[in-house]
Amino acid sequence: MAFINHAAKEINCKIVYYGPGLCGKTTNLQYIYTKTAEERKGKMISLATETDRTLYFDFLPIDIGTIHGFKVKFQLYTVPGQVFYNASRKLILKGADGVIFVADSQEERFEANIESLENLQENLIENNLSLDTIPYVLQLNKRDLPNIVPVEELVQELRYKGEPYFEAVAIQGLGVFETFKACAKQVLQTLR
Amino acid sequence: MALPDFVMYEEEYKKLKEIIERLKEESGSKIVFLVDKNGQQIAGAGDLGNIDATSLASLTAGNVAATDGLAKLIGEKEFSLLFHEGERDNLHISIVGKRGILVVIFDNKATLGLVRLRVKKASQELEKVFDMIEEKVKKQAGDSKEYESPFAEITEDDIDKLFGDI
Repeated sequence: MAFINHAAKEINCKIVYYGPGLCGKTTNLQYIYTKTAEERKGKMISLATETDRTLYFDFLPIDIGTIHGFKVKFQLYTVPGQVFYNASRKLILKGADGVIFVADSQEERFEANIESLENLQENLIENNLSLDTIPYVLQLNKRDLPNIVPVEELVQELRYKGEPYFEAVAIQGLGVFETFKACAKQVLQTLR
Repeated sequence: MALPDFVMYEEEYKKLKEIIERLKEESGSKIVFLVDKNGQQIAGAGDLGNIDATSLASLTAGNVAATDGLAKLIGEKEFSLLFHEGERDNLHISIVGKRGILVVIFDNKATLGLVRLRVKKASQELEKVFDMIEEKVKKQAGDSKEYESPFAEITEDDIDKLFGDI
């Protein structure tokens, strides 16, 4: 749950981007970083290996404006997608206010998406959270590639609870802000 | 809304700030930060102009979370202290109560022994303030267990407007 700071008149919320390795979680954050005005963003931190694979997490703080006199800030995190980094993934989900699942639309990643989604639910439960209750959005990424699974099939397999879903090409920015906004809106609704 | 993870009020913020200002002075350190375990910055003391406080808070929380994980792997409840020694500056990170992390940055004008001693004393005081905040939130929520959010009145329209220009 969020941190409501009456002294600083600020509210801080945490959104975590989840999904299988190389699905485009970091790319989502990088696009948001490049398109957000200087005064609205902090430094983006990427704890990555020498080959640019996420090792621990990426972090991007953004300030989306003021509501009823309170500054609304979101902290965006990604998890490392590779299977063997599960211990780190679990830590990053702690205290999450919302989750975005980035699915890789390519046929050969179909199983990896399903496994990652199951892993997400397991790790949420270990953090006393659940997909059933947490604000949640599904993103179908890499829609520009040739060997992709049809949207209907992905939705049928991956959509968990009727959450909003968006087709995306994160590397070109398509669907990136739509996904983020949909999740951020759900988070703000829970603050009422 | 249901009880949020963490709430900070003006009165308690002042108390926390006072404690860490005093810790900074008494330990001879350069900067003292108080952050929460989820990576949110709570308060700071010292010359904060040259430091990216948001990044510091999130990396500290990540560091503490990873160390906590390591502790559990070897059957420890937690490692309550982390110390990083640099050429010029050092970082002393310690856990306060259930949710706080205290970060002290100091150079060779201070000693590790003194920092540890002062941190211990300050931690006890900080913990009391955290308890006070918890009590206050519970009391405000009453039997209903509902926290009166400053956003209770926000509408869909307010939320849409917020996203108008990003």
